Formats: sequence, C-alpha cells, structure tokens
Amino acid sequence: MALLEVRDLDVRFALRHGEVRALRNVNFTLDRGERLGIVGESGAGKSVAAFSLLNLIARPGFIAGGSIRFDGQELTGLGERGLRKIRGNRISMIFQDPMMTLNPVLSIGEQMVECLKAHRRISRREARAIALHKLQQVQIPSPDTRLDQYPHELSGGMRQRVIIAIALLLDPDIIIADEPTTALDVTIQAEIMALLRELCEKHNVGLVLITHDLGVVSQVTQRMLVMYAGRVIEAGPTREIINDPQHPYTQGLMNALPQMATPGSHLNQIRGSMPSLANLPSGCAFHPRCDFIDRADGSPRPACTERIPAFVDSGNCRVACHMVAEMLAREATPIKEKVQ
Amino acid sequence: MIAFLTKRLMHALLVMFVISVIAFAIQGNLGDPIQQMVGQSVPESERAALRDQLGLNDPFHVQYLRFAGNALQGDFGYSYFYREPALEVIARHLPATLELVFGASLLIVLLSVPIGVFSAIKPHALLSRFFMGVSIVGISVPVFLTAIILIQIFSIGISVTLFPGSTAWGAWLNAALSTQGHMPSFGRGYELVHVMGHWDTNLASFDGLKHLVLPSIALASIMLPLFIRLIRAEMMEVLQSEYVKFARAKGIAPRRIHFLHALKNTMLPVITVGGVQIGTMVAYTILTETVFQWPGLGLMFLDAINRADIPLIVAYLMIVGVIFVVTNTLVDLIYGLVNPTVKLTGKPA
Repeated sequence: MALLEVRDLDVRFALRHGEVRALRNVNFTLDRGERLGIVGESGAGKSVAAFSLLNLIARPGFIAGGSIRFDGQELTGLGERGLRKIRGNRISMIFQDPMMTLNPVLSIGEQMVECLKAHRRISRREARAIALHKLQQVQIPSPDTRLDQYPHELSGGMRQRVIIAIALLLDPDIIIADEPTTALDVTIQAEIMALLRELCEKHNVGLVLITHDLGVVSQVTQRMLVMYAGRVIEAGPTREIINDPQHPYTQGLMNALPQMATPGSHLNQIRGSMPSLANLPSGCAFHPRCDFIDRADGSPRPACTERIPAFVDSGNCRVACHMVAEMLAREATPIKEKVQ
Repeated sequence: MIAFLTKRLMHALLVMFVISVIAFAIQGNLGDPIQQMVGQSVPESERAALRDQLGLNDPFHVQYLRFAGNALQGDFGYSYFYREPALEVIARHLPATLELVFGASLLIVLLSVPIGVFSAIKPHALLSRFFMGVSIVGISVPVFLTAIILIQIFSIGISVTLFPGSTAWGAWLNAALSTQGHMPSFGRGYELVHVMGHWDTNLASFDGLKHLVLPSIALASIMLPLFIRLIRAEMMEVLQSEYVKFARAKGIAPRRIHFLHALKNTMLPVITVGGVQIGTMVAYTILTETVFQWPGLGLMFLDAINRADIPLIVAYLMIVGVIFVVTNTLVDLIYGLVNPTVKLTGKPA
C-alpha cells in the first residue's frame, strides 16, 4: 500500500455568496521515497491540495469530503491535536517565499529547537546538536554561527536552506514543497532544487513538489499530476507526460515554454485565462480555451461542453479528456477486431 | 550603543531647543507679569522700574539667552504665585502625576494585552464583540465625563429603582444594580507615605491606593481601548502571516504560536505607539486631575495658566518636553532590544 493515499479529496471555501469548490475529486498516491510533482497555472488548486493534506488551509476553506490516508492512518478526521503530531514531524512543509516563512524576531536556532522540542522529549542541548547537523546537511557555510543569527541576517537562498533543514529536522516521511524556488534567483533555484532532490534521495524521503515550472518537475520528480480548475486532468510518470502530453491543456503548457517558440515571435500562450472557481464552464472546464473541441473531421464534439470528462488510461498515464478518450476508442476498436 | 545614545542625545537637545524657544516666546502673550506680581495699587513709575529691573524691556534674544542660560542650570525663575523657584513647585507636584500615570499605565498594560490578544485569536466570540463595543464607547466618551460617571457610581453611589421594589426579583435587581459610593473622589488622601525629597507616595498605604483607583481608571479610559484595538488589529494581521502558518506546519502548539511567534511581532508597533502615548498621558492628566482635584502637574499647570504664572508655565512645558524626550528614547532602546532587525548603532539603517 502506498504511504500516502488521497481519494476523492473535495475542498471548499465557504464564502459569503456560497461555497466555492477549490478541489474536486483529487486522487493521487505517493510511495515511500517517491517524488511527485503537481503542476498547473495559478489558481489551479495546487497549493490548496498541498495545504489540505495537513489540514492547514485557512478558514473559510475546509475539507468537504474524501480521504487522506497516511501510513494507514486517516488524516481527514484526525483533529488538530492528532495532526499536530504529524505536522513537521512525519510530514513537513517548505513554503514558497523564504523571506516571509521564518519569524523575524526569533533566532534560527530557536526556530529549529522549538520544532524538535514540540515532537520529542529532548534537551535543549541535544536539539541544538541535531539542528546543527541538519544545517550542515543543507550545506550552509559556518552553520554553528547561523544558529544564533536572525533571519534578516541571511540571504533568500540561505533562508530557504534553513527552511529545508527545518523540514528535515525530524527525519520526515514526506516533504511537501509549495513552489520552493519561485521566489529565488534563477541561479539559486537550481542549487536549491538539486539540494532538495539529493536530500530526498539520500534519506528516502517522499516529496510532493508543487510548481509551475515544468523544467523543475522533469528534473526532480518521478511522477506528476497536472491540475486545472481544481481537478487533476492528467497524471502519470513525469517523463512520459513531458515527452508526450496527452491532454490539450498539458500540451498547451509544454508549447508555452519559451524554448518552444520561434525566436523573434510571440510565445505560444494558451489563449484565455483560468476560469474563476465560483463560475466554472460547463462540461470540461478547459473547453473554452481548448483547440480540440471539434473532432478531426470538423464536426463539434458536444461532450466537451456537456459532460465532465472521466479518466481514461493512455499507456501509463491517466487523462481526463473527451478528445483523448475518443481517439483511444477509435484506436482500440481495430485492435479488438484483430484479436477476434 | 554609545553611538546610538549620543545620536539620540543630539536629537533630544534639538527638540528641547525648539520647545524652549516656543515656551519662551509665548510668555510675552500671557498677560502682564507685573500686574500679577504687584496688583492694582502700585503706581506706574514703580511698575516701570520693576519691569526694567526684571529685564522685561530687553530685546527678545537677550531675554531668551538669559532664560536659556538659567534654565540649563535648573533655574526657571520664581513662580509669581508660590514665590519659590518654579522647578521646586514642579518637583513637589511631579510625584502625584507620575504615580497617576503609573497607575493608568499599569491598568493599560495588564488589560490591553490579554484582551487584545483574546479578541484577535477569537474575533467572533461573544466576549470579543463585547470588548470591541465597550472600547468604542471608551474612546468616544471624553475623560472628564468618564471621570464624573465614575465618581457618581463609585463615590456617591446610585440607587436603582427601575424595577418594582415590591417583587422579590425587582428588589434583588435594584439592589444588584445600585452601588454604595465609598471610593474616594478627591485628592490623594492623607495617608501618604514619605519616600524622599518631595516624594510622598500613594502606593504604600491602603488608603493611598484607594485614592489612586478612580483617577487611574479615568486616565486609562481613553488609552486602554486604543491599545486593545491596536493590539487586536496588529495581532490579527500577524496571525495571517506566512511565519505563523509555517509554525503551524511545524506542529508547534497554538499557545506557543500565539504568545511567542505572534505576540512578539505584535508588540513591536505597540511599543512604539506606547512610548508616545505615555508622554501624552502626562499631558492628559490635566483633565483627570482637575476632576479629581489630584494635586499633580496637570492641576498645577491649569492653575498657573489662570494666574498667568508665566515662569511656572514655561517650566512645565520644558519639563513635559523632557519627559517626552526621555520616554521616547527609552522606548527606542527597548524596541531595539526586542526587535533583532534594529541595531542600536549611530548609523542610519
């Protein structure tokens, strides 16, 4: 059984003018030591997915249904006290902006020691020793002086290293990293991602990496999910999705990469923008932006605007798209005939 | 640290210079001091001689320099009314005011932090809404009115006859809402304990403390709601911050998140505002002291104005200026100790 199993996760935000569904029927699993990427545009629900795993979504958001099983334990009904034993201990998080994540008035050492002391019966001195060791692991120069420094004395890259060290403090099973390099310089981004990947590999830590950087996903993760408007629309091994994206949205994302554009011309943007979650288009939420709502022969495919697409298996990947389903059905029929 | 203090000292001197010029400049417009000193019956020739003798006919800058030179040596002239050095009059009235400000500050610190924090953590709780409502009333009602209401309720007493006294519940409600006034409403009381110099304290006897209660509440009535609202607003903002979310993601207990992670950040702006407000409170005592006949600086100042006791007015303005400057410098020092991003150096950040 997988270490983490998310089934039909449904997260909503109770707003004044009614409930908004931020996540619908999100399914995924994570094995021990596996690295999973979640990609999508801003507003697709990546961060909500990450934060809801530990029920850290702020009010008015709440988990309305589904299950999150971690190591045989159901997390959705666990309550704050039970979750607190898991947060930072067995599942830890790395946030987006290292400049905002550390408390400005507490020393680095204090912020590391408190995390250890929250989860283990341990003396201050022992906690400091562990903290120092973790700072060494994230390759911070002169780690022993860092413990008594305050966040403002460190650069952004350094702070993100400290945050990774905090995430590693209690040797967690899973690290959830929510766009850990978005706020950093490009050169630092590569260093931090390489470090994160290396540490996860070395200590057999599972990683859920939220990002909109397809390059990062392809370098770091083994499997990936593509999300659109609160739904997973494509899932499978990272290499296969990157090399041969099936869903028109994933194809659009790949096409939008700068290296796919003809030099001197515009980038290949996906037209339109992400719909508001409060007002989703009917049928497939992507259909107003999709270039493939017509069949190959030019006749319209009514399913796209009428029904929410179900997942179909395409090789090792699962895709939620009527067009792909139709293509697969067309391909599958002759094969069946051959077998007969 | 030394550089910081030196720099602050330079600022302080500049501020004091400006205050002294203003304080000195207004004295020509506060009535005729000679009139105040000698009364009606003295002939004009003697008045002119006295005016000359006191140097009141010298040009402004000569008078100012003489004043500043004397002030630097602690000589603010003689109070026309008390006929003793102005500084001594002030020194005699200062302890009463400082103890009043101390009492009010104590109330503010002890109440505003827990109430502010509570109403930030549980903004929808009934109690929080109650505190917010009461604080609006507290801010809106002027100090002298609060003071009079306090005196009515706790010194004079009110007897409620709103409910029918013939019924048991009515009588009980009437009794429960009525008060017997036994809190003193006038002056500092007679059981003052002498400490040293001019300092007689209210803080060392039960009667003295009792006298301090109502004036302290009245003086705190404006600042306390202000601080509750300030702390609540700051804390609510801090609770939304990423580092508080991160602390939760680390599995830290809520109590530690609220009272260490959040409160420490909340207090930074509160300390800054608080420093200014302590100085302001010394000035606010004028109203409270008048209503309660509290023999402090405020009452003295008001009397001095009525009597056109110019040296005393000027000395008061200077001393209040000094109190402002000193408290603000102290607060900046404390701020620097609490906030690690502030270094106490003479260099601009």
